[in-house]
Amino acid sequence: MSTTQAQPTGPADAAASGAPSDEVRLELYRVMVECRLFEKRAQELFFEGLVRGTTHLGTGQEAVAAGFGVAMRGDDHTFCTYRGHNHTLARGVPMAPVYAELFGRDTGLMGGKGGSMHLTSVEHGAMGSYAIVGAHLPIAVGAAWSAQYRESGQVAVCFFGDGTTNIGAFHEALNMAAVWKAPVVFVCENNQYMEYTPIRSVTAVDRPAADRASAYGLEPIVVDGNDADAVYAVAVAALKRARSGEGPSLIEALTYRHGGHSRADPAKYRPEEEVKSWLARDPIPLYRARLTESGVDTAALDAIDEAAAAKVTEAEMAAKAAPEPDPAGLETQMWADGGSAWRN
Amino acid sequence: MAELTYRAAMAAGIAQEMDRDPSVVLVGEDVGAAGGVFKLTEGLFERFGSRRVVDTPISEQAIVGAAMGAAMTGLRPVAELMFSDFFAVTWDMVVNQIAKTRYMTNGQVSLPLVLTTANGAGLRFGAQHSQSVENWAMAIPGLKIVAPSTPADAFGLMAAAIRDPDPVIYTAHKALFATKGEVPDGEHLDTLGTARIVRAGTDATIVALAAMVPRALEAANRLQDSDGISAEVIDLRSLVPLDTRTILASVEKTARLFTVEENPRLCGWGAEIASIVADEGFYSLDAPIVRITTPHVPLAAAANLEDLAIPSVERIVETVRRRLDEAR
Repeated sequence: MSTTQAQPTGPADAAASGAPSDEVRLELYRVMVECRLFEKRAQELFFEGLVRGTTHLGTGQEAVAAGFGVAMRGDDHTFCTYRGHNHTLARGVPMAPVYAELFGRDTGLMGGKGGSMHLTSVEHGAMGSYAIVGAHLPIAVGAAWSAQYRESGQVAVCFFGDGTTNIGAFHEALNMAAVWKAPVVFVCENNQYMEYTPIRSVTAVDRPAADRASAYGLEPIVVDGNDADAVYAVAVAALKRARSGEGPSLIEALTYRHGGHSRADPAKYRPEEEVKSWLARDPIPLYRARLTESGVDTAALDAIDEAAAAKVTEAEMAAKAAPEPDPAGLETQMWADGGSAWRN
Repeated sequence: MAELTYRAAMAAGIAQEMDRDPSVVLVGEDVGAAGGVFKLTEGLFERFGSRRVVDTPISEQAIVGAAMGAAMTGLRPVAELMFSDFFAVTWDMVVNQIAKTRYMTNGQVSLPLVLTTANGAGLRFGAQHSQSVENWAMAIPGLKIVAPSTPADAFGLMAAAIRDPDPVIYTAHKALFATKGEVPDGEHLDTLGTARIVRAGTDATIVALAAMVPRALEAANRLQDSDGISAEVIDLRSLVPLDTRTILASVEKTARLFTVEENPRLCGWGAEIASIVADEGFYSLDAPIVRITTPHVPLAAAANLEDLAIPSVERIVETVRRRLDEAR
C-alpha cells in the first residue's frame, strides 16, 4: 500500500491534481454556506418547538457533502445517514420542502412521512437518508450493481460515520462491492465520535475506515474533510475510477462535529482543547480565507452569504405557511398502487 | 400440460420472467454455477449467464440490501436466502429498509423485488434450519407474502411475484421440493392475494398453507371416508394480500373453521384469520374456531419429535372429528 495516499491530502496535493476552477470553488463555498445556515436555523427552530422529534446536525462537516455534491454527475446516486441534511441539500434539493419535512408539513419532501432522519429526493438522486447504522452501504452497492448492469455510467456515493465501520453491514458491503467492482464510493466521515464515545476507544485500528481498506483490496485514502478543495479532488478521482469500471473506493474524511450527536446531546464529553482546535479549523471560514487569498472578490462571497441567508428565510416562511399533512394520506403509498390494502 | 417438480417449477417461473424482461436478475449464495443448494435455480446460470445469475459471498445483509438498491434503480431482482431462518441476520434490511421505504418516501421509491427462501420443516435439520417464518413477515406492514403448495402455484406465483411492483417474500417449502404436478403449458401467471378452494365441502372449513395443504386434503378425504364429514379445504397461498373473502364465504357455508399452521402457536397467521372471522363471520359460526398448530417450542431434530410437533394428518383428522362431535 502506498503510504503517501494514507496521508491527508492537503491543498498542495489538491493543487497538484489540478485545483478546481473558480466556478467550482464558488459553488463549493455556496453549498457549504447554504448547509451551514440551513442547519443553524433548523436548530433554532428545534428549540422553538417547530422541529419535532430529533435532528442530527452536520455542522462542521459541510466540506464533505459539498466536495462530493459538486463533483457528482446529476444522475449519480447519494446514500446518506440520519445526519443527512447537508448531503441532501448538496444535491440541489430545495430548502423549503426539507424544512417542511422537518416541521411535519404537507409540503415536506416526503409529505411528512419521513422526517429529518429519512430525507429522500429521487429526482435529485438523493436516494435516501438511512437511520439504522450501516444499512445503506449494501443498498448503495445494489444501486451501483444496477448502474453497472444497465451500463448507465452512474456512480453511487455512500456517506457514513466512523461508528459504521464497526457494524457487520460495512464489511459485507465493502467485500461485495470489491468482488463485483461496483461503481460505488464509500465516504467515511470520521468526526472522531461514534455518537458519544471516541471512535479510537472502541476500534482496533487508528483509522477506522482507511485501516480496513486493505482487507478489501482497496487503497487506504485519507483526506482532510474540512478542506473543500481536497475533498473535491478525491471525489473527482474516486468518481472517475468508479465510472471507468475500476471499482469502489473507500475514503476516510477527517472532520469534526461542532455540536453533539443529536439535539439532546450537549457533547460535554469532549475535551475543551480538542473542540477549540477543531473550531479553529471550521471548513467555511477556512475556505473563505483561501478564496480571498487566491484573489476572489470578497463582494462575490458576501453576495453568496446574503443570498443563502435570504434563501433560508424564504424556505422557512414557505414551510411555516404550509398546512399539516392531510389525514387522508395516513394509509397511502405503502404499495405501488398508492394504497395500503392487505386484504380483500 | 407438463409434469414438473416443485423445485423445477420455481426455476421455470424465474426463467419465464427472465426471458421476457431483461431487468430481472437473480442473486444469492450458490444460486449460479451450483444451481442452488436445493437446486431451486438449476439451469438458470447456464441459460442466462453470470451477468444475470449472480453468486454472492455468505453475506445475507449485503444480498438483500443489494437487491433493494438494485430494485430502487431500475432492476427487478430475485434474491435467494438459502434458508428462511437466515432472515434473522438480514431482518433490518427486510423490515426497516425494504418494507418501510416506499411509505417513508411517500411513494418516491418503488421496490419491485422478490426474496425467495426455503422454509419449513420435514428434513430433520433442527431448530435453526426448519422454521416456518412466514408469520414473521406478516407482522410487518409493507411486505407481500406467498407460500405455494403445488408445482403449478410455485411457477405461477413466482411469475406474479416478479411482476409485482412491491416487495414479495416467496416462501418455498422444503418438504414439497420433490413433489410433482402438472404445470400449464405456455406463459403461466398467477394472481397474488387469491386463496383457492382445493376441496369443496359443507361441514367444516379447513384453511391451510404450503406443506399443510396436502395434509389437510388427505385429512379431509379420511374424514369423508370414515365419518362422512364433508370438509372444505382452502389453500391460502398468500398471506399478504389476504383473501378473506374466500374464507368468510366458506365459513358462511360450513359454519365451522379450522386452521392448520406449521408456525409455532403465538401470533401465527391463523390467529389473524380467527380474529377476522370472529369479528365479521361470527353469526355464521356454529362452534368455536380451532387452530391446529405447532406447539410454542423450537423444532427438535429427531424424526419422531419433529413429526410430533408439526400438525399431522392424524392430528387434523382427530381434532376436526372431536370438535364436530362435541358440537353435535
